[in-house]
Amino acid sequence: MEWIRESVDSIKSIQFRKTLSQAVNLGLILTSALIIWKGLICITGSESPVVVVLSESMEPGFQRGDILFLHMSKDPIRAGEIIVFNVDGHDIPIVHRVIKVHERQDTGEVYILTKGDNNDKDDRVLYAQGQHWLQRHHVMGRAVGFLPYVGWMTIIMTEKPVIKYIIIGALGLLVITSKD
Amino acid sequence: MHSFGYRANALLTFAVTILALMCAMASFSDNFNHPSPSSSVQVLNVNWFQKQPNGNDEVSLTLNISADLQSLFTWNTKQVFVFLAAEYETPKNSLNQISLWDGIIASKEHAKFWTHTSNKYRFIDQGSNLRGKEFNLTLHWHVMPKTGKMFADKLVMSGYRLPKEYR
Repeated sequence: MEWIRESVDSIKSIQFRKTLSQAVNLGLILTSALIIWKGLICITGSESPVVVVLSESMEPGFQRGDILFLHMSKDPIRAGEIIVFNVDGHDIPIVHRVIKVHERQDTGEVYILTKGDNNDKDDRVLYAQGQHWLQRHHVMGRAVGFLPYVGWMTIIMTEKPVIKYIIIGALGLLVITSKD
Repeated sequence: MHSFGYRANALLTFAVTILALMCAMASFSDNFNHPSPSSSVQVLNVNWFQKQPNGNDEVSLTLNISADLQSLFTWNTKQVFVFLAAEYETPKNSLNQISLWDGIIASKEHAKFWTHTSNKYRFIDQGSNLRGKEFNLTLHWHVMPKTGKMFADKLVMSGYRLPKEYR
């Protein structure tokens, strides 16, 4: 009877090791995704280094679902650059082009006016009440690179959360049931 | 080890890798293009020139813009955004950049153009410094790629001195 108990124990320990290694694997995937994201934040200096274009205001340059890579550096902001900014009282960042810049002689503070390429009017109507200019602290970064279509997945997932749960569930199931 | 899932996964990973590599190569190939654009701008007329009730100077100009930006286009170019900016310095501001006109060029065929226009965006100073002020006219362009890195450059052109009196 001794050998039966031993073999049962060994099987039990194998099962335990397997679950443990799967858990570690899952943890590795999650942490490496986190490392890449945080690393990008450090390299680009922007708190959200990748954004998905949500509106048609920059067509035909940027379409809905395109993704933009942002960079935030100490370099001064100049007319023509495409910046991502937050307006007080709105939580969705806006991607538009700078059309006017005034830079103060003494403080170096900048006053920026933006406009979407596809819009007829400049962005004063989007700014907070009584706000005429954007300043440095509104700017989250400037667009430096561009990749088409990749952001569609995010748009679909935010607009139809069911799909998000199905995908997460399926992936989770795959990770748990997969045997190497 | 050779289940359907694994094969599908390997194929997908490979396809995505190749696609990413192709995008990177397309973007990289833009570095081999050395464009030589040319342009000229003339201020034909000062339509009106006045001080707003809030104390800021505003001027309206008639411009004649011609440019040849064909050499900016490569196979990875989606569009070129081009704009004309007035740039000047005032005692208060070390730099003022005001876009006067802009346009989107979608293809190489339209990259050699000529236009006669008044300023599309209002030319308003932050203050009252425009009388007799000399400013630079600069043509800027931003090349938007089909994928990858965006490029920008500019061409500083002839300056213009505004009249000494409002009109």
